[in-house]
Order: sequence, then structure tokens, then C-alpha cells
Amino acid sequence: MDTGTFRGIITGLLILAFIGITVWAYSRRRKPDFDEAANLPFADDDEQPNRDKRLSPEERTHEADSREDKGDRNT
Amino acid sequence: MSTALEHPTYNYKVVRQFAIMTVVWGIVGMTLGVILAAQLVWPQLNLGLPWTSFGRLRPLHTNAVIFAFGGSALFATSYYVVQRTCQTRLFSDKLAAFTFWGWQAVILSAVISLPLGFTTTKEYAELEWPINILIAVVWVSYAIVFLMTIKKRKTSHIYVANWFFAAFILTVAVLHIVNNAAIPVTAMYSTSIYSGAIDAMVQWWYGHNAVGFFLTAGFLGMMYYFVPKQAERPVYSYRLSIVHFWALIMVYMWAGPHHLHYTALPNWAQSLGMIMSIILLAPSWGGMINGMMTLSGAWHKLRTDPTLRFLVVALSFYGMSTFEGPMMAVKTVNALSHYTDWTIGHVHAGALGWVAMITIGSMYHLIPRLFGRTEMYSVGMIAVHFWLATIGTVLYIAAMWVNGILQGLMWRAINPDGTLMYTFIESVEASGPGYIVRLIGGLCWVLGMLIMAYNVTMTVKRSDTVRQPIPQTA
Repeated sequence: MDTGTFRGIITGLLILAFIGITVWAYSRRRKPDFDEAANLPFADDDEQPNRDKRLSPEERTHEADSREDKGDRNT
Repeated sequence: MSTALEHPTYNYKVVRQFAIMTVVWGIVGMTLGVILAAQLVWPQLNLGLPWTSFGRLRPLHTNAVIFAFGGSALFATSYYVVQRTCQTRLFSDKLAAFTFWGWQAVILSAVISLPLGFTTTKEYAELEWPINILIAVVWVSYAIVFLMTIKKRKTSHIYVANWFFAAFILTVAVLHIVNNAAIPVTAMYSTSIYSGAIDAMVQWWYGHNAVGFFLTAGFLGMMYYFVPKQAERPVYSYRLSIVHFWALIMVYMWAGPHHLHYTALPNWAQSLGMIMSIILLAPSWGGMINGMMTLSGAWHKLRTDPTLRFLVVALSFYGMSTFEGPMMAVKTVNALSHYTDWTIGHVHAGALGWVAMITIGSMYHLIPRLFGRTEMYSVGMIAVHFWLATIGTVLYIAAMWVNGILQGLMWRAINPDGTLMYTFIESVEASGPGYIVRLIGGLCWVLGMLIMAYNVTMTVKRSDTVRQPIPQTA
């Protein structure tokens, strides 16, 4: 096997690996796991939400909930 | 610092140290940049001394902003993010402390050795071999602290930001060790083990991946934590972030040859570098869109939150410079842009617009939390800093676009008989006004950083006064 063929095969394998990763990432089965992973930055909240002095306590609660209500202040 | 600030679980001390040094080295590095910009307008400002000449201060500027400012920011944020998303303390407090003091020692030795004229002449890898060995030791310690912290995590997943940080740490270790392989001749002089076109290719394989992994992957790690945190919603698509990660690290590795268009490098390698650079647009924009879309439903926060504005504008500049980069890597465009100020403008669109802005946004989120609060001393000052930084960046890159295209066109202009229409010095003279505008842009940046330093100082002081009067409950 000459170098050109070898490089071609490696390139082909890398493309297959990449397609494999994409299919795996977008498979329905992975959805719950990824949702959990995406929320890791908020998982250990031992802290107040943003803007500690300008908001009243009720507003602070609202601010923390904006993850759920997608920022819609009318809910 | 009072012990009340100590977090029960996490090691915040090393994060605080690196965060403060980020601000300090930011001011030092950017001030050096302003001095260099002024030297290009008024060459007499080199004072006629070898130690303050452009050729010696320029590597000091690049090392200070990339490795001292950017490096400290990456250490601070990676140590913070890995602890909080793995819900565990850093692997070793002592080794983490060693990375802090070791890294500061590396920076100080750069501050001394570069003005003295010690250099390997490799761009962004100018430091001589004894310092390179220290860098390698510190970096391997960093890798151990970071990866072992991931290993002992309390969560089942490894959050995507940590993937980016880990890729940045491992790749930079490989790049640094391979590119700096040299034979020591004296205590402060060595020769590279590579020669000719291979030396050039190794150097730009390193140089471009320093951009791809130090200045991109590392800061994308920052983006994937601090943008969702400040916007208070999870990243737009976690699936896209995984594809983004693998695509970015697979493609970035091969783009280096675009730094060597029309040189002794084989033509096929140049063309390959150009094609891989164009492909790179896809993962870059995938990441940018993922960050931007995280804001969907939270755009109103931009009105009141200048920290979030820093993070989002950083993403805009990232999108812009990752479009400009592939375009400049096209050989026909490069024939005009190479060796002109356009390149410097492109670098600063990335370095100021993306790297520095995402860092500053992250610091404004991080610093109050490290000192027991959730908000900086003055939000108004963050807003002022934001506008200074944005206007400064726009002035800088616009001036360099104009200068670069002007220089490129003047250098290639020929008379009907085939002789050059302009001498080189005529193109330098024509660049004068652009250099003044660039200097103004740089001054905006330094002024913004000084405001940040004041804001940070007051935040730290306030935390002391807030914390001390708290009585112990029985």
C-alpha cells in the first residue's frame, strides 16, 4: 500500500468517526443525559442569582426562575 | 483576606490569585502594546536604548497579553469551572499553588529576559530553553491538577466546558514541547533541532494551534460556562456543543500552513492549509451560534447587564474574526494581505474582541463571587469599561484594515515598464494616520482596564468590610 492510499484510508476513517459522533450526539436516546449535563453549571447553586442589591427578594426569585419561564415576565 | 471567604468545598484561593493577576497582567500587557503603537507613530520613543527598542518590546507585549493575561485568566476560570461543575475540590492544593507561583515565575523571567535580548526568534515561543523547561514542568502540573480533579468528580457527566479546557491543556503541552525542542549551546542560547522549511512548518503548526487551542479552545471553555451562567439558562444545544468540540479539534490542527503562503513550503501543503482553514469556518460558527442562541429568551438582560454585553459582543467578534481568518487564508487574498497591517488587525479582532472581552466578562462574573458577593462594586463602571473596550476595538481594527489594504495595494502597484510604483517608505508614510487611530484605540483599552482595576479593588475591599462584622451564632 502506498502512502497516498494510506492517507486516503485515514481520512476516510476520520470522516466516519466524525459522522459517528454526530449521529451519537443527536440520537434521541442521549437527550435526557445531555439535558442533565447542560444543567451542571446550575446544579450546585450555593449562591444568589445575579444583581444582589438592585432587586427585591421577590424579583430575585423571579430572576432565578427565568431558566424555566424562558424570560417571559408575564408568566 | 479573611478566612470567612473560604468556600467549604472548593479551593477559591488559587482562583482568586489568578483572577487578580489577570487584571494586573492585562494592564501591563496592554500598556506595552500602547507604547509600541506610539513607537510606530513616533520612533524616537524607543529612547535610542536597546532594551526599549521595538524588536525587544514587541515579544514582551505578545507574551504578556497571551500568556500572562490570557494564561492567568485560563488558569483562574478552568480551576473555578472544573470545581463547580464536578462538585469537588481541586485535586491538590499544593500542586495548584505551584502552578500559580511557577506561572508567575515564568512571566517574570520573560519580563527580564526579553528586553535583555534573549530570544529563540520563534514567534510566540521566544523564551529561551531554561524558561521553556520551567513552562513544561508547570504545564504538566496544571494538566495533573485539572485532569485528576475531573477524575474525582461527584457528577456523572463531564461538562462540555471541561472538555474544551482539557483539550487546551493537553494540546498546548504537546505544542510547547515539540516546537521548543532545541540543543542548548550556552545558559541562555539554543538552536532549534529543526531546520529550513521544516522548522518553519513546525513553528507555524505551533503558532496556529497556539491560536486554536490556547486562544480559542480554552476561551470557548470559558464561554460554555460563563455565558449560560450570566444568562441564567443552559446552553442552547448541548448536542451541538459536542459536535462543535470534535469538529474544532479535528480541523484546527491542519490550518498552520496558511501562515507560509508563497514561501519555500511545498505548494501542496500551502493549498491543504488553505482548504482546512476554510473548513474551519463551520465549527467556529457552530460554536458562535451555540453561544449566541443561549441568549434566546434572555435578550432583555442585555439592557441592564453590561457583563452579559461583554460576553455577547465577544461572541460577535469571534464570529467576525473566524470569518475573516479563513478568507485571509485563501491564497489570492493572502497575496494582498500578508505582511501588511491587515494581519495585525485580524489578530486584534480576535485578541481584543474575542479573547479579552470574553475574559473580562467572565472576570466580572467571577470576581465578586470569589469575594462572597454576586455583583461588582459598580455596575456603571462595567458599562463604561464595555463601551471603551468596544470603541477601542473598532478603532483598532478599522485602522488596520485601511492600512493593510493600502499597504498591499501600494506594494503591488507597478509602472507600465514593470518597476515598482512606490518605495517601501512611501507606504510607511501613508500608514501614519492609521497608526494614530490605532494608538487611540489602544488608549481606550488601557483606560478601560484601569477602571476595571479600580472596580476590582473596591469589590475586594467591600467584601472585607461586609464579611468581618458577621457574628458567630451560638
